[in-house]
Amino acid sequence: MTLEIIGISVLWLFLFGYVIVASIDFGAGVFNAYSTLTNREHILTNIIQRYLSPVWEVTNVFLVFFFVGMVGFFPKSAFYYGTTLLIPASIAIILLAIRGSYYAFETYGSRGHKGYTFMYGLSGLFIPASLSIVLTISEGGFVFMNDSKPVLDYWALFSNPLTWSIVLLSFTAVLYISAVFLTWYADKAQDKDATVLLRKYALIWAGPLIITAAGIIFELKAHNPEHYERILDLWWMFGLSFLLFIGTVWFVWKRRNFGLAVWFLIGQFAFAFFAYGISHYPYLLYPYLTIYDSFTNEAMAIALIIAFIAGLCLLIPSLWLLLKLFLFNKNYVRGKG
Amino acid sequence: MGNEEAVFFSRVLTELTLSFHIIFATIGVGVPLMIMIAQWVGIKKNDEHYILLARRWARGFVITVAVGVVTGTAIGLQLSLLWPNFMELAGNVIALPLFMETFAFFFEAIFLGIYLYTWDRFENQKKHLLLLIPVAAGASFSAVFISIVNAFMNTPQGFEFVEGQLININPLIAMFNPAMPTKVTHVVVTAYMTSAFVLAAIAAFRLLKGSDHIYHKKALFLTMKLGLIFSIASAIIGDFSGKFLAEYQPEKLAAAEWHFETERNAPLILLGVLEDEEVKYAIKIPFALSMLAHNDPTAEVIGLDQFPKDEIPPLYIHYLFDLMVFIGMWLVAISAVYVFSIWKGWAFVKTKRFLGLIVAGGPLAVLAIEAGWWLTEVGRQPWILRGLMKTENAATSSGQVDLMLILFSGLYLILGIGVIVVLRRMFKRNPVEKEIEDRQAGMEGEYH
Repeated sequence: MTLEIIGISVLWLFLFGYVIVASIDFGAGVFNAYSTLTNREHILTNIIQRYLSPVWEVTNVFLVFFFVGMVGFFPKSAFYYGTTLLIPASIAIILLAIRGSYYAFETYGSRGHKGYTFMYGLSGLFIPASLSIVLTISEGGFVFMNDSKPVLDYWALFSNPLTWSIVLLSFTAVLYISAVFLTWYADKAQDKDATVLLRKYALIWAGPLIITAAGIIFELKAHNPEHYERILDLWWMFGLSFLLFIGTVWFVWKRRNFGLAVWFLIGQFAFAFFAYGISHYPYLLYPYLTIYDSFTNEAMAIALIIAFIAGLCLLIPSLWLLLKLFLFNKNYVRGKG
Repeated sequence: MGNEEAVFFSRVLTELTLSFHIIFATIGVGVPLMIMIAQWVGIKKNDEHYILLARRWARGFVITVAVGVVTGTAIGLQLSLLWPNFMELAGNVIALPLFMETFAFFFEAIFLGIYLYTWDRFENQKKHLLLLIPVAAGASFSAVFISIVNAFMNTPQGFEFVEGQLININPLIAMFNPAMPTKVTHVVVTAYMTSAFVLAAIAAFRLLKGSDHIYHKKALFLTMKLGLIFSIASAIIGDFSGKFLAEYQPEKLAAAEWHFETERNAPLILLGVLEDEEVKYAIKIPFALSMLAHNDPTAEVIGLDQFPKDEIPPLYIHYLFDLMVFIGMWLVAISAVYVFSIWKGWAFVKTKRFLGLIVAGGPLAVLAIEAGWWLTEVGRQPWILRGLMKTENAATSSGQVDLMLILFSGLYLILGIGVIVVLRRMFKRNPVEKEIEDRQAGMEGEYH
């Protein structure tokens, strides 16, 4: 395994971590807003607050970790992506900033403003949309070199169905991941009403999720045939992902083994996410940038990997403590701690 | 939009983001230490007031942390969005401390979450103290690592630059660059100092507003003692920073001091105005600049005449330097007077007038932090990497930076107003007198 592959695998793993924890967060905001609009906020608000409060800051760090690591391991990506992403990334930052800080303002300061709850929920859909644009751009065909500087063609980007399919996938994935996770959390809290409602959401979003995900693979066939070929080579990973998806839906449908359903959910997304990542190899930005020509020097790569291992030795026990205290602690989950 | 405009707007946007972020970053570095100290004093003296102090500070701290986290995320991404050419080059050498900073931040985030939600879960107060150690350490270490990145921009090393290519890179030598010791210690200690004075200002404000509670008096005395220690430390390290500049960045020191000609026995210029390249109304202290630069009144100090015109930083940084130093000295003075008077039993420090001075000390300390950062950053112009890459060659080629500037200005306005409103509401609705009563009622309830 080369240093390049180690670097990108580590980053991909952290991005995966972000996708899962952020989806729970964003989806929770949407469900909370929806139930407030339909006057059912008393059912969900408590469950959501109890889960989100201790972890919202950690969720944010996953994202920072990914992009700092990306620039560290692949400095050239700063040149290509930095130049082209000014607008979509700035919009995402602004939404994340308002969302994150106002979450803290609301939770610790004052409480209960309907307009705010609605905006908070809406931002949970716009942020994944503006971030998922990066995935679309990475497929190639939207960035052109002008005077040896990369320029993003917004018209080509927004008129392409692939862009909107990926945006749609980000919506459905956020809602599905969040609903399944929160169903488990509500069940653990012995909150019957919340479990019933969230289970319903999980089942509603399962169908759209799998349709959008499958649709994108077919659109890639036209957009980037090379990538499509490599996806077909990894059919078994996508197949496993699909089986795990069936498993999750089955347990949620049968109202049992919610914990196992969450693990299946994580497995499903892990397989799909890594299969997608592997099939993207070796491009970071098709066709200009591969992981090889953007990789940092060897001395820095080794230093980063050492720092990374040392950092993980601190992080993993700490994260485990966090999960133990707030996710797997019965009294806390039930609101008694 | 031409390149010149893109550079201009990128600079303004970066300056705006950083100026807003450092208010919260500084509080974020210093306040956890203060919380930890209050908790420790509370345990040691077995005094509920200090424990309550730690909790109330922590509650307000969460609000400022939230803004610090999101604006920190903004500047982290903006580095690549606005300065892609810089990150492409510098990333090869300086990615290590940048990466380590996120680890420190991660660590702090995890334990802050745990600390805040286990207040009433553990009986033993010592466990809370243990949780605060990683919070304070994570906060300080993220300041250390990010200051190392900035120090590198001032004195880049750890690589060879041959025909536009970087070779023989050594990340550790890049980290331990000459600017690193003074920069890191000055940043960390002034953050502690500023936080102490901000918290002192809050306590003084409550006393000024007529509260006579012993809680505020204890808070004030504790924070003023800490403020005194850290402001003296800041002044000493500031002096080392002057000597560092004389050796490694003489053009920054010369511009900050309006030292135009290289000479021996150099005087220090305080205040003054610059008109047609002539300094007017200034106070000159003979030999003082030679002392500051080399610890020797007759030493030669390099002046601006030694540098090409297009490599000289803007001369207005002199005002920033004066502002920073005067505020620093002023804060040393009022905290020294306060602590000494309390010790001697003199009552004038309890008058409204003196309390007013302490209240003003909080915002002044924050202003000094801003002035210091503007000084060090503008003093590095025209370079983004001193001697290596000019700022104008580092900026993005994108044409929409002005629009982003407008959007981010709106964001910071909203966040700024939000913080003030929420913090005011939080503590106005729940003054300490009420909280002490509630806690006592709660405890009695447990006994019966």
